[in-house]
Amino acid sequence: MATTEDKRERIIVPGPAGFHPPSAAQLGVSLPDPGEGLFYGLLEKNEDKVIEEMARKMLTSPNATLFPGPMVLWAWNEHAIEKAKATLEIAAQIPNVMIIPMPDYRPKYPKIDPEEVINPNHPNLTIWGNKIEACIFIGVHCHYANLTLKMIRAGTNCCTMAICAEQGHEDAMLTIRDSDVLKLKKTAQIFKKVREEMGIKLPENGDNVRFTGTQSKVHGGKTHTNPLTFMPSVAGTGSASAFGHSAEQMKREG
Amino acid sequence: MSEAEVKTNTPSAPAAAVAAPKKDPHAEAKKQRVVTPEYMFLEAPRTKEFITGSEAAKEAIRRSNVDLAIAYPITPQSETMQLVGVLYGEGYVKEYYRGEEEVGVMAAIAGGSRSGVRCYPATAGPGTLRGLEGIASWPGHRLPAVAMFTCRVVNAPLAIQPDNIEVSYLLNCGMIVFHAENQQDMFDFTMAGFTISEKNDVTLPVGVCCDGFFVTHARGYVRMQDRGIKLPPREAYRGAVPVLDAENPPARLSRDAPVQKSNFMAYNIHAVWQQEVWAAVERSRKYINQYMGGLLTAENVDGAEAVIIASGSAAAQSREAVRICAEKGIKVGLIKVRSLRPFPTKELRELCKNTKLIVVPEFNYVGWLAKEVATAIYGYSNAKIIGGPRVYGGQSMPVELIVDEVESGLTGKKSTNVAMSSIMGGAVNQDEVSHFMRSI
Repeated sequence: MATTEDKRERIIVPGPAGFHPPSAAQLGVSLPDPGEGLFYGLLEKNEDKVIEEMARKMLTSPNATLFPGPMVLWAWNEHAIEKAKATLEIAAQIPNVMIIPMPDYRPKYPKIDPEEVINPNHPNLTIWGNKIEACIFIGVHCHYANLTLKMIRAGTNCCTMAICAEQGHEDAMLTIRDSDVLKLKKTAQIFKKVREEMGIKLPENGDNVRFTGTQSKVHGGKTHTNPLTFMPSVAGTGSASAFGHSAEQMKREG
Repeated sequence: MSEAEVKTNTPSAPAAAVAAPKKDPHAEAKKQRVVTPEYMFLEAPRTKEFITGSEAAKEAIRRSNVDLAIAYPITPQSETMQLVGVLYGEGYVKEYYRGEEEVGVMAAIAGGSRSGVRCYPATAGPGTLRGLEGIASWPGHRLPAVAMFTCRVVNAPLAIQPDNIEVSYLLNCGMIVFHAENQQDMFDFTMAGFTISEKNDVTLPVGVCCDGFFVTHARGYVRMQDRGIKLPPREAYRGAVPVLDAENPPARLSRDAPVQKSNFMAYNIHAVWQQEVWAAVERSRKYINQYMGGLLTAENVDGAEAVIIASGSAAAQSREAVRICAEKGIKVGLIKVRSLRPFPTKELRELCKNTKLIVVPEFNYVGWLAKEVATAIYGYSNAKIIGGPRVYGGQSMPVELIVDEVESGLTGKKSTNVAMSSIMGGAVNQDEVSHFMRSI
């Protein structure tokens, strides 16, 4: 297994970093160039090493969680559907992982259900509520991801990771950029390799995603599910196109 | 040629005359070819023309694939937006209208940018301040646009003369702020502004400031790319925020819901939101370096006895002062600050680490650039910083004023043009400062 031998002091590490710590940009962290990643605030020339560290953290931290955002939650177009499927391939490599969505960006008042959603205006409530110590954001618009990552670093001990379709996120402890479908599939394969090297097995029935309490209730008390059995619904596809988001408009990388 | 000879459609023209084929006014615009920003800024051949700053802005807009331009008259930018209106007639700008006043213009620009189109307004002086509520909200909403500010007096009594104090109001909005020295800068900064503004990791408005009249109404040589090419259109779906409210139809007018509930969470989100805006300002540095060649330019700084740091028209005056100093045998360097936000802090610290004297001439009373410079190099340079000379209220800046400050700064002679309170830095005579402080 490849490990980084970087002896530089890590800059962006799991918190709580303080009442209101400076942003990563204020600390001098800059975004990676194509092919690179950020490894605890340090530029890592080989993004695969960053992905391997993501896998290690997700496989060993309590209550590891995937936070999918609108760009992979809603079936805007065929490309979004492909990215959603690839995201679930990553989930399928992490035993007992939770999936909690960030479906939109409005503040949730008067009270958020931390087992139902995460929200960029008060993301630490979901982290605290589920005692999440490692998480991956994927498919969240960059501005809102950056707000979220800053608040989580300030107030929680969660190791944050961001798989970004654009330039990456300085405030995440681990981040990669330009994440199209191919890179997501590669990420899933690296997760598989690391998991096997660590001797961690998946459940034989494929039910490796753990429901939150709220999710369990709406699934008739079932506690786990197989992420690869989920498929986008016709209604989801229709709802996206009904609001004018044609494939061409929403076409992203790839 | 007499007037009669150039008329082509006189009332007395015979009805049977064959009508000339109707020319499509948008024909040339339709032929424009999209090129990459890299080609546009770094490779495309250029030809030189002698034009005004307003014409330079017009030519920049012609090549910038602008969707929406909104005008409201105020001197000295009225001519600029009138010329942009000509571009609308020619089909280079897709939508153009006159707003009711600056509050409305800036609000409409917010709406246009939020809906995903490339926007361009311009204003000046009191218009800037009237529109400032809207302008200051753009960065927080992550609205890319380029706005031109042709600076003039804002204070009472009313005047329309050059004075760039309005820049100081723009510096803390969270937007990117460039300061153009001349017509060439107006052209280059405006076009690069659109590209930088719309980068996903930036997604912020860009303000291109210039000193009104000196730049807008005067002519200078501008090297421009062929008018047959233009920048790629805005790719709104690649912004840091969704276009309008894509996830919650029907679209709300405000994409970002208010967060002013009275609890810690609400304060916290606004705090990190502000951090994120300024982080985006930081991220723009690499694009300014890539497309504009740097946040500043430095001339003859190595081994200079003194360095003049200036922006806008003051840089032009300073360049002449440097020449006069050279004739007198004084080696003086010039640093022209092009980007005020982000500010070239690291670059100035490096350039000024061995400098003994810095002179900062400005076209405003408050000396916002001198304060920025002093803050940036504090602890990194022992230079004496003379925050002046300053002219304002429409005054021009005699080059000799700048030369005087260089000479007096180097010889220790007291200046008659710069207040003691505007002299900063490690080499200042502390007794003089103490005397000054006792006397106020």
